[in-house]
Amino acid sequence: MRHTISVLVENKFGVLARIAGLFSARGYNIASLAVSETFDPQISYMTIVVEAKDAKILEQINKQLNKLIDVITVTDFTKKEHLDRELVLAKINYAPKDKARLESIFDKFVGKIIHHKGDTAIIEAVGDQQQIGELLEALNKFGIKELVRTGKLAISN
Amino acid sequence: MVGARILLESLKKEGIEVIFGYPGGQVLPIFDALYDFDLKLILTRHEQGAAHAADGFSRATGKVGVCLATSGPGATNLVTGIATAYMDSIPMVAITGQVGTHLIGNDAFQEADVTGITRPVTKHNFLVKDVKDLARTIAEAFYIASSGRPGPVLVDIPLDVQRADTEFIWPEKVSIRSYQPTYSGHPGQIKKAAKLIAQSKQPIIYAGGGVITSGAHLELEKLAEKIQAPVTTTFMGLGCFSGAHKLNLGMLGMHGTAYANHAVMESDLIIAVGARFDDRVTGRLDAFAPGAKVIHIDIDPSSISKNVRVDIPIVGDAKNVLTELLGVIKKLPDTAEWLKTVEGWKNKHPLTYKDSESGMLKPQYILEQLWDLTRGDAIICTEVGQSQMWACQWYKYLTPRTFISSGGLGTMGFGFPAAMGAKIGCPDKEVFNIAGDGSIQMNIQELATCVANKIHVKVLIFNNGFLGMVRQWQELFYKKRYSYTPITSPDYVLLAQSYGALGLLVTKKEEVRPALVKAMQTQNTVFIDFRIEPEENVYPMVPAGAAINKMIEGLA
Repeated sequence: MRHTISVLVENKFGVLARIAGLFSARGYNIASLAVSETFDPQISYMTIVVEAKDAKILEQINKQLNKLIDVITVTDFTKKEHLDRELVLAKINYAPKDKARLESIFDKFVGKIIHHKGDTAIIEAVGDQQQIGELLEALNKFGIKELVRTGKLAISN
Repeated sequence: MVGARILLESLKKEGIEVIFGYPGGQVLPIFDALYDFDLKLILTRHEQGAAHAADGFSRATGKVGVCLATSGPGATNLVTGIATAYMDSIPMVAITGQVGTHLIGNDAFQEADVTGITRPVTKHNFLVKDVKDLARTIAEAFYIASSGRPGPVLVDIPLDVQRADTEFIWPEKVSIRSYQPTYSGHPGQIKKAAKLIAQSKQPIIYAGGGVITSGAHLELEKLAEKIQAPVTTTFMGLGCFSGAHKLNLGMLGMHGTAYANHAVMESDLIIAVGARFDDRVTGRLDAFAPGAKVIHIDIDPSSISKNVRVDIPIVGDAKNVLTELLGVIKKLPDTAEWLKTVEGWKNKHPLTYKDSESGMLKPQYILEQLWDLTRGDAIICTEVGQSQMWACQWYKYLTPRTFISSGGLGTMGFGFPAAMGAKIGCPDKEVFNIAGDGSIQMNIQELATCVANKIHVKVLIFNNGFLGMVRQWQELFYKKRYSYTPITSPDYVLLAQSYGALGLLVTKKEEVRPALVKAMQTQNTVFIDFRIEPEENVYPMVPAGAAINKMIEGLA
């Protein structure tokens, strides 16, 4: 099962390697990882989506992350109210005749065209996992040539 | 002040008087500063020896051990020693030289990404890029290494940082916002534990290395006597509860005593103190102590409920928690029947061995003689394998820090340099290294270090011509196909002599005791080559993956 964890870390040399190394050394799987500085440049915020087959593994992931010296706090969003978003950029096949069809998609789902050249358009969308999933399914009918995703960002509410 | 000097002044501030190391190109400024500085360096013959010696020093004294090596190969040679300390939670600071900051990442001569390599085997590590950060980094390294659950910390110092000049400012207090170990146990949890203890009928205390780290051996003894519970220790816990105490069942697990294993399996309450339920202890996990509730006291939250489900977790320092617990235990369990049952197991399944029919020496006999001569007043270091396990079974450790051995990592070649470090830390103690003929050859070069520095450790080689533990497994589980386990040795008597040490050869039972006496009376490093029964096995033994009461007991 997938769980979302946020980790507040000291923004120091090698901290990402420490987190990534912990996951690989202990055999935990990362589904996505998003990292950036916070408003305080000495602190970074990571949102990690992990695969954990049971509660025991999730508990160990939390404890092992907490054990790292540079980790300030770990928040497990499994049982905590939160909002999450992901940004995707999708490059799709696009001919001018498809315009109406595509715009009808954007009436129903998140997303917009941010670039168009020749027979290709780039779509930008921000949404939660379900919204992104629905959009990608709809876009797939045009043919997705390339897809990049930030991974999930989560914040407590 | 230049960085190299700041490093040494910082070590002084931490109370360090001796370090173990080896010079090289990227630590030249540090060695130059050491030349006329009031800090002794023991020059080992291999960086691995320096790391194990620092580790042995730490295990024997409780202080932080320090080792120093150059960049690249010097640093990578420390890695096994660092990993050994990490697995056994030993406080150690490893200092390594690094190529100049402008060369880092350029595949420069003797460059290695040492912070990268050691990340999984250190508690924490640092690369110091600015000399202004050096003193504070050293202070933080010592603080992290020695607090909470201790462990090794590595500080990588580039050549130009060692040469750069700045003011030496020593931080009087270290505080790291992201690192706040928990020392006091939760009072509510401790009360619950006391209640569970009162309700139990068949309790057992399972004590590990954390008791030694925390200095909680007296509190542990009080608890055992107060609630009249038998005590079994882990390998790392040997010495945390007197081996001569009537409540002591010795070590549990794969090569533990049969009675300790039976007692754990039949208990209704396990009180785990500073131990981590590792696989050599639990055997088959789903069959482990099926009727027992578990109280687990440990300073590392991640050790709790990692392997065995815990009913009452108590995160905290063992000494603090046991003191609190002793204060709140009002009602005592009645364990008289239980102790009788345990005594029955003791009588029915004692540790035994038979004298050899061919007249070959028995390792158990040598250890019995060593016990008789020292009565626990010695530091026993070991290598890894059969000799190590016999040393766990056949010698009684009465006090903490008298048994020094690589537990978690199981590092062959650890014992001899660790004994060296222990002797430096405790010069008035007799220090022995119990070795096999395989292990001793892994760091035998440290004979030169011992002789040159007059470090009079006594090495007892149980020479059976085999890599004995692997051979034992081949005998029992691989149809006696002794694949690459027969091993040759040099003439240890001549070898010791050539280094300026004393070498003795012992082949007969009646020579054992006089040789040990001679070794103890000799003011020199001593190697004794004991020719032991080649195919003697370590029993009892729990086969891999079996429940710990399904032992092969060997002799009836």
